[in-house]
Amino acid sequence: MTDLTALTIAEARDALRNRSITAPDLTEALIAAIEAGRPLNAFVHETFDLARQQAEAAQRRLDAGMAPDLCGIPIGIKDLFCMEGVPTQAASRILEGFRPPYESTVTQQLRKAGAVTMGKLNMDEFAMGSSNETSVYGPAVNPWRRRGDDTPLTPGGSSGGSAAAVAAGLCLAATGTDTGGSIRQPAAFTGIVGLKPTYGRVSRWGIVAFASSLDQAGPMTRTVRDAAILLSAMAGHDPLDSTSADLPVPDYEAMLTGDIRGKVIGIPREYRMDGMPEAIEALWARGREMLADAGATIRDISLPHTKYALPAYYVIAPAEASSNLARYDGVRYGRRARLAQGDGIIEMYEKTRAEGFGPEVQRRVMIGTYVLSAGFYDAYYNRARRVRTLIRRDFEQAFASGVDAILTPAPPRPLPPRAALRGSGADVSQRRVHGDRQSRRSAGDQRAGGAGCRGAAARSPAHRASLGGGGSAEHRPGDRSPGRVLGKAGEVVVGSPVQGAGR
Amino acid sequence: MAIDTDTARKIARLARIRVEEDRLPALAREFDAILGFVAQLEEVDVEGVEPMTSVTPMRLKRRPDVVTDGNRQAEVLLNAPDAREGFFAVPKVVE
Repeated sequence: MTDLTALTIAEARDALRNRSITAPDLTEALIAAIEAGRPLNAFVHETFDLARQQAEAAQRRLDAGMAPDLCGIPIGIKDLFCMEGVPTQAASRILEGFRPPYESTVTQQLRKAGAVTMGKLNMDEFAMGSSNETSVYGPAVNPWRRRGDDTPLTPGGSSGGSAAAVAAGLCLAATGTDTGGSIRQPAAFTGIVGLKPTYGRVSRWGIVAFASSLDQAGPMTRTVRDAAILLSAMAGHDPLDSTSADLPVPDYEAMLTGDIRGKVIGIPREYRMDGMPEAIEALWARGREMLADAGATIRDISLPHTKYALPAYYVIAPAEASSNLARYDGVRYGRRARLAQGDGIIEMYEKTRAEGFGPEVQRRVMIGTYVLSAGFYDAYYNRARRVRTLIRRDFEQAFASGVDAILTPAPPRPLPPRAALRGSGADVSQRRVHGDRQSRRSAGDQRAGGAGCRGAAARSPAHRASLGGGGSAEHRPGDRSPGRVLGKAGEVVVGSPVQGAGR
Repeated sequence: MAIDTDTARKIARLARIRVEEDRLPALAREFDAILGFVAQLEEVDVEGVEPMTSVTPMRLKRRPDVVTDGNRQAEVLLNAPDAREGFFAVPKVVE
C-alpha cells in the first residue's frame, strides 16, 4: 500500500481517476496524518466533517467520470481565506468567533473543482510576520530539524502553517498569500514550492486584507507541476475584485516543458549580500551552473533600487494595513473588549483594538497611521510610492533588455531556530530593521543547518516559480510561460524539492 | 526626526488603539527606529517620478450602477458582538 500522504496532486489525481485509490480513503489518510501532526500546530481549525462530505461528493464525480484535476484532493486553507461557516480569524484575537456567512472566491473555485478542504492553517497575525510567531494560536513548527539537533525551527511566515502542513504531509497542497514574501520565504524554509502569481491573477475577494496593492494568493505545493495544477484552479477573473485581471487562465500544467534552452537568466548583482553564508552562496552558484548546463544564458544585470525595496515596503504596507484594519472596531464582527461603566464609543474602539491586535499588528497600524497623517503624507507615503515606481522600472528595464527571468536567492540566509527569532520582548520590525546583523550572526552559527531544509521558493512580479536549491526566479508580469518552463527546468536540473518530511 | 512621547500618544489616539502611559516612551523609540530605517528613501532622487498607483497597467473597470446585493440583514448582523432589534448596538455616542 502506498503512503497516501506522500502523493503529489498529479499522482493522486491519476490514482483517483484510475480507481487505484478512492477519495474517502485519501481523505481519511490525511485526517490521520493531521491528528498525528498536531504538535506542529499547523492546522488551527480542523474541518473533518466537511472534508468527509466533500470526499464523498468528489468520489461520486469521479465515479461519473466527470472529475476536474483537483477532484478529491485534500488541501489546507490559510486562515486568511473566508469560508462559509468555518472559523476565519487571520490568526488574530480580534476575529475570535468570526464565522463568515460567505466564501472567498478562491476557496469557492477550489470547492467547485472538487478539492477537499481539511481545515484552516496557522499564519502570522493578519499575515504580518515572517516566523509565524505573531499568531494568536501560537507558532507553527517546521517539520524539519537540523542534522543532529532537535531544536524546533520556524517554518517561516506568514504562510507558515501552510508550509509546515505541506512539508509534513498533512495535506497535498495548501493556499498561501504573499504580501512581502509570505509564500516564498516559508516555502524556502520548508523545502516546498511556493508561487506568488502576478498581481491580479488570483481574486482577493473574501481574503482578509493586509496591504491591498501587494496582497496576492498563490499555491504552496510539493512540486512545480502541482503548483501549476493548483494555480489553474485558483486563478481567474472575478468581478468582485476590481483589480482582478480579465485574462483567460492558461493550462499551466501543459506549459511545463522543462526546456529553457536559449532563455536569458539575469543575476542581479545587488542581491549578492556581503556576508552571505557560504552554504547559501554555494547553492546559488550551483543553481546558476545548473541553469547554464540546461542551456540557458546567464547574464549579470543590475537592479539599482533594490536596497530601497524594504524601506519602501515599510511605508506602503503599514499605510495600507492601517486603512484596511480600521474595520476591526468591535461593532460588526469579532471580539469587543469588556467596557467599564461610563465608557463611550471611543473607549470601545480603543480597548477593543488594544486587546484584539497583537503588538506587531498594533505597531504596523500605528506606523501606517503616522505616515498617512496630515503633514507627513508626502514625506513618507508619496515618496515611498515614487520609489516603488523606480523599483518597478528596474525590472521593466531588465526585461526589456531581453532577460526572461531573474534568479535570486530565496532567503539569503539559512533559517534561524525559533528561539533566535523570538527576542525578549523585541518585535519583528525592530529586528528586521536593526536585527540584520543579529540574524546573520545566528545564521553563521547554524552554518549549513538550513541546507537540510534547502528548498525552493519563488519570487517575481509575475510567476514566481520555484527552483530547488534555494533559488528563486522572477518573471515579467503577465508573461505566461517562462515561469512554468523555468520552474520545471529548475526542478529537473536541481532535483525535485524535498517531499514528505522528517517527521 | 525624533518621535517623542506626545507624538506617540497622538499616533495611538489616531489609530484608536489604547496605549498605557508607561508604554509610550518605548513605543516612541520603536517608531523612531522604524522611521530612521525608512529615512533612507530620502537618498533617492524622485524628481519628476510619478507615485505608483496601479500595480498592473490597467484601468479600474466600470460596471452598471445597479443593485447587486441586499436583503441580508440576518447575515450582516450574524457576527456582531452586540446586535439588537435589527441594529448593531454600541455604547452611547452622544450625551
